[in-house]
Amino acid sequence: MIAQSFQYESPGTLAEAISMLHKYGEEAKILSGGHSLIPMMKLRLATPEWLIDINGIPGLAHIKKEGAVIKIGALTTEAEIEHSDLLKKHFPLFADVTKLIADPQVRNVATIGGNLAHGDAANDHPAVMLALNATVIATGSGGERSIPIDEFFHGFYMTALQHGEILTEIQIPVPPAGTGSAYHKLERKVGDYATAGVAVQLTLDSKGVCKAAGIGLTNVNPIPLRASRSEKALTGKPITDKTIAEAAKYAAEDCSPSSDLRGSEEYKRAMVAVLVKRMINKAAERARG
Amino acid sequence: MIQCKTSKEVGGMGHSLKRKEDARFLQGKGHYVDDIKLPGMLYMDIVRSPYAYAKIKNINTEEAMKVPGVVAIITGKDLEKYNLHWMPTLMSDTQMVLPTDTVMYQAQEVCAVIATSKYAARDGREAVKVDYEPMKPVMDPFKSTDPSSPVLRTDKPGKKDNHIWHWQAGDKEKTENVFKNADIVVKQQMHIPRIHVVSIETCGCVADYDKVNHHLTMYMTTQAPHAIRTVIALVAGHVGLSEERIRVVSPDIGGGFGGKVPVYPGYVIAIAVSFLVGKPVKWIEDRSENLQADSFARDYHITAEMAGTKDGKIQATRFKVLADHGYTDAAANPSKFPAGMFSIATGSYDYATAFVEADAVYTNKPPGGVAYRCSFRVTEAVQAIERMTDLFAKKVGKDPADIRMQNFIKKEDFPWKSPTGWTYDSGNYQAGLQKAMDVVGYAALRKEQAEKRAKGELMGIGISTFTEIVGAGPSKDFDILGIKMFDSAEIRVHPTGKAIARFGTKSQGQGHETTYAQIIAEELGIPAENIQVEEGDTDTAPYGLGTYASRSTPTAGAAAAIASRKLRDKARKIAAYLLEVSEDDLEWETGKFFVKGAPEKSKTIQEIVFAAYTNHPQGMEAGFEATHYYDPPNLTFPSGAYICVVDVDKETGGIHVRRFVAIDDCGNIINPMVVQGQVHGGLTQAIAPAMYEEMIYDDEGNILNGSLMDYLVPTAVESPKWETGHIVTPSPHHPIGAKGVGESPTVGGPPAIANAIIDALSPFGITHIDIPITPFKVWKALKEHGAYDK
Repeated sequence: MIAQSFQYESPGTLAEAISMLHKYGEEAKILSGGHSLIPMMKLRLATPEWLIDINGIPGLAHIKKEGAVIKIGALTTEAEIEHSDLLKKHFPLFADVTKLIADPQVRNVATIGGNLAHGDAANDHPAVMLALNATVIATGSGGERSIPIDEFFHGFYMTALQHGEILTEIQIPVPPAGTGSAYHKLERKVGDYATAGVAVQLTLDSKGVCKAAGIGLTNVNPIPLRASRSEKALTGKPITDKTIAEAAKYAAEDCSPSSDLRGSEEYKRAMVAVLVKRMINKAAERARG
Repeated sequence: MIQCKTSKEVGGMGHSLKRKEDARFLQGKGHYVDDIKLPGMLYMDIVRSPYAYAKIKNINTEEAMKVPGVVAIITGKDLEKYNLHWMPTLMSDTQMVLPTDTVMYQAQEVCAVIATSKYAARDGREAVKVDYEPMKPVMDPFKSTDPSSPVLRTDKPGKKDNHIWHWQAGDKEKTENVFKNADIVVKQQMHIPRIHVVSIETCGCVADYDKVNHHLTMYMTTQAPHAIRTVIALVAGHVGLSEERIRVVSPDIGGGFGGKVPVYPGYVIAIAVSFLVGKPVKWIEDRSENLQADSFARDYHITAEMAGTKDGKIQATRFKVLADHGYTDAAANPSKFPAGMFSIATGSYDYATAFVEADAVYTNKPPGGVAYRCSFRVTEAVQAIERMTDLFAKKVGKDPADIRMQNFIKKEDFPWKSPTGWTYDSGNYQAGLQKAMDVVGYAALRKEQAEKRAKGELMGIGISTFTEIVGAGPSKDFDILGIKMFDSAEIRVHPTGKAIARFGTKSQGQGHETTYAQIIAEELGIPAENIQVEEGDTDTAPYGLGTYASRSTPTAGAAAAIASRKLRDKARKIAAYLLEVSEDDLEWETGKFFVKGAPEKSKTIQEIVFAAYTNHPQGMEAGFEATHYYDPPNLTFPSGAYICVVDVDKETGGIHVRRFVAIDDCGNIINPMVVQGQVHGGLTQAIAPAMYEEMIYDDEGNILNGSLMDYLVPTAVESPKWETGHIVTPSPHHPIGAKGVGESPTVGGPPAIANAIIDALSPFGITHIDIPITPFKVWKALKEHGAYDK
């Protein structure tokens, strides 16, 4: 479990980091928390020649509200997210999800930016960000660009990030009153990738009619999946056993899990249905306050 | 609850002394094999086979030798020149050290890269190019002996199939007759999965051969340093490594659990390389190598049957085992029985008829199996009998607790002769189960379960009332390569009354430095804190067979007590001389001899020891030392009553262990806190195979979960709160009445959990699921039994 030799750089500014990416080309990798990259390097599944450690760059770790948007810096750790009062106030699902990511030691180091930029449908934040309709900010030599989360994930370990771009921030719209969110994943043991995971955010009006729904699925599809048909099945309707069952059924049908040691495809689809049902109920309960 | 004969200051038996060794462990000052750095030391890494069965066509080392720092690459052909390419296993089978032409399992050693740093060694390993010609491996043990399967051990002249051995115990014919006439027969096929010990520290060594003095010092992770020294002498005697030229040092060990009993090829290669180049060579496995290549445990396929009367009396059992030993029988089993103590499978129940048979086969899997925190196949036996008892109870229509109470061997019937030939020393099974039921609140739980079932909720209660068989062992039945299974203690008391005691065993976390000191403190009255315990260096410790199979207390612990008593006999003579009375006039009370009827006239053990060096009676040998080699007259039979309560999520198959009550009877207790620690650890290693762990191979022989990402070792998060307790039935034949406890929870735990889960699922007609019982398996069983049908 020893990585191939590599060179290490620790730039002090974003501009320096971006120019290093250009200089070293495709053999350079960004190191933030390292909890996806380093295990792959130790197994020699990833063999970058250059590691560009961005942890020394100021201004990339923050959780703040600006107008109607919550901004989370890419270097914000899972532990900081777990304990953020601002996030707790607007998005109860962050407390759900961070507690299910690995263990406290990992959460003290692993970052939200890395979790998304890795482009792995088994990670938990992609589904969360789909449910919350986040926007990813990428910074390159030409400055910043905004990427809607629905356009961010391209394939297995592939994202909309171009070489020379660094994921610097995640922006999430502050939801209106009457919104609740929830996340859960089934895992074989603590620290495992999800057998299936579901993130839900619902906005209900005073009569209990669903005004908006966001549903993201973890590790049941080659790329992180938005359960669009399930969202539509809820939107504009009261949350009832019937609409919930419909949303659960669609999510189970629309995902594309593979059979593996975590269970058969059939089991995973069934678990998606169970979790969609449970998370809708939990999000709705939170929306109702 | 536990009566102590000594004061807290003396700290004899029954005191919850804090562990003496923890001061260094908790401060990160333990000294493990990987902490050893010697001048000029080289590092070894091992190229391993990606195939389960393949011909080696060529090993190209050209690129690897160009890696800076790589100094040599050793292949099987190199070792062959010195006849070091094969070695015996502890079961008198044979095993390749390095292959000359064929690899027999995935992750098998192919060649070794020697370099000046571990990083260079790993880069060199990656650069070695091996050409293989893959062959179709034999993976299914049930098909291993089919005529269509290739004969794997072509190295054995005349070998015509993959069968290794057949063994049986009990009375076949009598058993058949009972089964023929029984009211009720239950039968179940079950698999006790292939698992791994996953000790925190992997295996490794530093082999340091001194070419000038022809002397080898071998620092290694071994549970049995003395036996290993003898094995090295047997394997390498022909190149000049005779036993007086070998010193084996086993430093602090980060968990062994049986996995550090065998000799792995890596150790032998390191010795060979050090011998050839004359420099120290360090070899430390990484986590995946440890998991993929080192000896597995279990892997018994069992056809189990139980016969009894319709009112619930067990009359007979029959067990047929197919043992998958992988490429070679490298079991760490020192008994004369190839299936170890599997014939303890008649359990805690009083019936006269049983038949047990086992057949072992070769497959293209890593060799084994080790007795993972288990006294040689007892875990397999307990899983079989405790599952069958539940199946039988179900068929009879009685509560599993009632069936057990009805069939237990009664406490007045000990010593009890089992139908397969064991003599159980003592026990009180009814009292143990009753206590467990009282603690858990059994009747109330059954009531709650009935209410939950009426609402469609799944709750289960599982019982395991097991009998262990430990303390190997009596010399008539147990040996390693002919060496009998005694163990030893040597006690030297210094003039100031402080002592050093050395043992042939080797702690890997069991707490020997504390508990052995407590045994001596109990016997001599010297405070435990003044007794230093040492193990693991063959140059200083007396010969012993090591620590595994819960044998340390039953053997070396007994030796400590008897050596102490030898010293007390000498102390009596000295005290009589000092007090000018006859020996018969003296009475012993912890820490001193006093004159009967005149207790003010006394001599403390410290005064007596001082006199042994300064003022001993004429004609008496000076000094205060004793050694004892203890050959146990019988094994000891710890037992336990475990009750597990689970809640099952019907929709997901998720299993929540709500309660786990463990009442152990390990005889007299030396240190209650150490025992509790052992039970906690052992129970966590019981939920592991019950719910999480199994080594899974595909048809091509690839391990599918060869890292800890997928080989699921439970953590604190998965562990329920363990509720522990005791009853005490001393062993009548053991000098301090102790029985051993290290393995009881690992052995007895899994069926309690399995029985609880099956009990939860029983409303759907589910009667058995093989361990590990995972949410996916539960969901599948529920689905197959119509739980999700609309």
